[in-house]
Amino acid sequence: MPTPPSDLHLQDKRWETIDRVMRRHDFRQDALIETLHAAQDAFGYLDADTLRHIAARLKTPPSKVYGVVTFYNHFKTKPKGEHTLVVCTGTACHVKGNDRVLAWMEEHYQLKPGDTTTDNRISLLEVRCVGACALAPVVIADGSIIAKKSLAESTAMIREWLNDAA
Amino acid sequence: MTPIPPHPPETAQTLNLTINGRQVSAQAGETILEAARANDIFIPTLCFLEGLSAQGSCRLCMVEIAGSAKLHPACVTRIQEGMEVTTETERLRDYRRNIIELLFSERNHVCAVCVASGHCELQDLASELGVDHISFPCRYPTLAVDASHRRFVLDHNRCILCTRCVRVCAEIEGAHTWDVKNRGIRSLIMADFDAPWGDSETCTGCGKCVHVCPTGALFEKGLAVAEMRKQRPALPTLVANRATEQR
Amino acid sequence: MTQREALQQQAEQRQQVLDAFSHHLLVCAGLGCLHNDEIIKALRKEIAAQGLEQQILVRKAGCMGLCALGPLVLVLPDAVYYQTVTPQDAGEIVAALGKEPVQRLLLPADLPFFSKQQKKVLALSGRIDPENIDDYLAAGGYASAVNAITAMSPPEILRIVGESGLRGRGGAGYPTGLKWATVAQAAGERKYLICNADEGDPGAFMDRSVLESTPHAVLEGMLIAAYAVGAHTGFIYVRAEYPLAVKRLQLAIREAERNRLLGQGVCGTSFDFTVQLRLGAGAFVCGEETALIESIEGRRGTPRPKPPYPAENGLWGSPTLINNVETYANIPLIIARGAAWFAAQGTEQSKGTKVFALTGRIKHAGLVEVPMGMTLREIVFEIGGGIPDGHAFKAVQTGGPSGGCIPAEHLDAPISYESLSALGSIMGSGGMIVMDDTSNMVDIVKYFMEFCMEESCGKCVPCRVGTAQIHSLLQKFCDRQASADDLAALETLCDLVKTTSLCGLGQSAPNPVLSTLKYFRQEYLDRMADPSGPHQEGQL
Repeated sequence: MPTPPSDLHLQDKRWETIDRVMRRHDFRQDALIETLHAAQDAFGYLDADTLRHIAARLKTPPSKVYGVVTFYNHFKTKPKGEHTLVVCTGTACHVKGNDRVLAWMEEHYQLKPGDTTTDNRISLLEVRCVGACALAPVVIADGSIIAKKSLAESTAMIREWLNDAA
Repeated sequence: MTPIPPHPPETAQTLNLTINGRQVSAQAGETILEAARANDIFIPTLCFLEGLSAQGSCRLCMVEIAGSAKLHPACVTRIQEGMEVTTETERLRDYRRNIIELLFSERNHVCAVCVASGHCELQDLASELGVDHISFPCRYPTLAVDASHRRFVLDHNRCILCTRCVRVCAEIEGAHTWDVKNRGIRSLIMADFDAPWGDSETCTGCGKCVHVCPTGALFEKGLAVAEMRKQRPALPTLVANRATEQR
Repeated sequence: MTQREALQQQAEQRQQVLDAFSHHLLVCAGLGCLHNDEIIKALRKEIAAQGLEQQILVRKAGCMGLCALGPLVLVLPDAVYYQTVTPQDAGEIVAALGKEPVQRLLLPADLPFFSKQQKKVLALSGRIDPENIDDYLAAGGYASAVNAITAMSPPEILRIVGESGLRGRGGAGYPTGLKWATVAQAAGERKYLICNADEGDPGAFMDRSVLESTPHAVLEGMLIAAYAVGAHTGFIYVRAEYPLAVKRLQLAIREAERNRLLGQGVCGTSFDFTVQLRLGAGAFVCGEETALIESIEGRRGTPRPKPPYPAENGLWGSPTLINNVETYANIPLIIARGAAWFAAQGTEQSKGTKVFALTGRIKHAGLVEVPMGMTLREIVFEIGGGIPDGHAFKAVQTGGPSGGCIPAEHLDAPISYESLSALGSIMGSGGMIVMDDTSNMVDIVKYFMEFCMEESCGKCVPCRVGTAQIHSLLQKFCDRQASADDLAALETLCDLVKTTSLCGLGQSAPNPVLSTLKYFRQEYLDRMADPSGPHQEGQL
């Protein structure tokens, strides 16, 4: 959980990293997206305190910061679960049946893209093409690629992975 | 939101062009819309408001220019010597009608219960362009009404995302309380970090956004149907005064 | 010793090191070849076990193209390709060096996938280590840039690029030389250079592959461009979804700086040029140049009306040259071999070669480079090996989500900017997705429209609302609820969105619908409920 940067902020090295990015850009407003990347890398997501801190340091209106955060798919305002399953929704993956993987996830785990289970264990994300189209369909479980599998094979692997991950 | 580059200095030369076959002259650097309005030629607009940066987003002011197969938004297209502009054709009218229909289909515009009825730019344009039905299915989204502010209300159901409120707040009032969140069909006007308007830390309560809003999306509390008369702030005067002060 | 001589010496030394080995094993280390790390480890372990470290060199390499049969291993100097290699194969591969190749893993030497291609931009891809600048130098890299900056004048470079006939590889096909000349002539003390690496088209990975395989070629192209137009600061706007490309670019920039090929006083001259990376954050529309500029400036990626064009009024209001990855990667070749060499290939209007990402229902999915003018049939059936599992070809979609679907009757069309556009599609950045008789065109088109709807920035009305309305109408066809009025509304909306949208995203979003209405209309008619169904009207 990020702590608001007060006089305590030197205690958490992650705030230093974020401040360093802003300093490198002379705290100009155009550093906003770079700073948001750094903050999300550090904390996993962007919470209200983080955004408030960045807006204040870059002297950028809050609404502008929030407008940018919600414009880009990459930025998340909620924490991710312990494990993440990313389903590629690129064309090649669609043609090869990844829409059915998403349907299966909803049916079996009541997860829609962007959702996290209530026990905070699994997050389901979709991504617009990871560019590994020749491996379609592609699903990424905690960073490792599951590629070129039929629906039955990939769902079996997801099941296995989730049990392993439990 | 980047304004188109500022007008060149006043030494600019006069250019001659035709609009709908009429010979007109205007200063270099002016837009087609400015040249047309100076000559009492009507071009429909919604996102455009004199005194705010032009962004060419509603696409109602699209006009034809001889020699170009494309249509051009009059509010951001600068005139050129010898330009032949046509602002009224059956084709343009059809497109404009379709755009108005799209706006009506996007959210929940029910004129019969709207505070701005009779003083609404969307309604006026619909009647001007003869939009008597909507050819596309209405989307009927479920949208909130933010009545948290002491004096004003934001009703997303009637918002057409022209962003006049965003621009007037950022460019004239200097508060930048408003911006757009999300994108595409999910876009919404929001204050600060998506705060209820009444909780906004940046809002000065000046009410400029309410009065530049072309529809009943932003209105004053306590008004009944058709009672919201918008008083456009004299933006060009504000801008000119500000420039003089700074000089 | 001058900087030029120092680089020359560095290249020669690396070449001597490489020449000392009797065999090289190049392992494809692109994103598409999984477990390549383990293969490299296994090969090295095997070689060490046999005490052959002085004879056999295992190298990490860029993409070899045939991703469908990856991971690939290339044996040099024999030029033998092994397919679907696993770490367990290491022993056999090492044992076979200098003898008969391992038949079980061998790719046929005359595979049309390789023999029909003409690799120019991809020539070094899969042949050098992308993480080692010396490899690029040894292959003649940066010679063009050094020559350009130390021995040529900017007008001379502009002339060569203009004469080559190179057109923008990002999609629109604007003549590169003309764009450069505009930026070079634009008034303004400060000018910027941008490399558009925001490859957002689903089903396209040309730029990812070029960045992962030969990042220095892109930097070299940018360096030449910067010198030609007079820019001193460059940005590479790259997708955050491409972590490997980002990592290799960061490394390449550092190595180029260390070798004084970037930074203050490039190559000992007075010319300065620095390059910074900017990460995208998941917005397809940022591939549009003015939206990309907004994004670099730290804002929502909403496009600006054009004119003014970035060449005159771009990043922070300054003249800005924006080209895509593949365009820049062509530049060192054109400078090295001349405009005539480049223009000798391709068609009258579309010169040179083009990289395509061939995917979907196709046997040899992967990355290919062919001369402009090759027919779609050659690409799909010869290079791509046709449709697997005995299915029949139905359509090929070019140009990403906003491209059109081209049916079998036009398979003999030569690919060029003009011919694809005449067929209702676009060249786009080079995605090519093959569909077979199991593909339902209305469903596919709905998928594309959902993409455009989700990726619309929402600034202009036709794109924001129009794509959502088109998507709803397509859903009605999929649900077999559509009427004749819906078909009419679909056509009206497509025309509206195409004609009146602010940027290229909206203007091309209806292409998949329009092209399938033209070539596969029956599939729409088959999905209509009752041709005389009721007309739905909204109320005012």
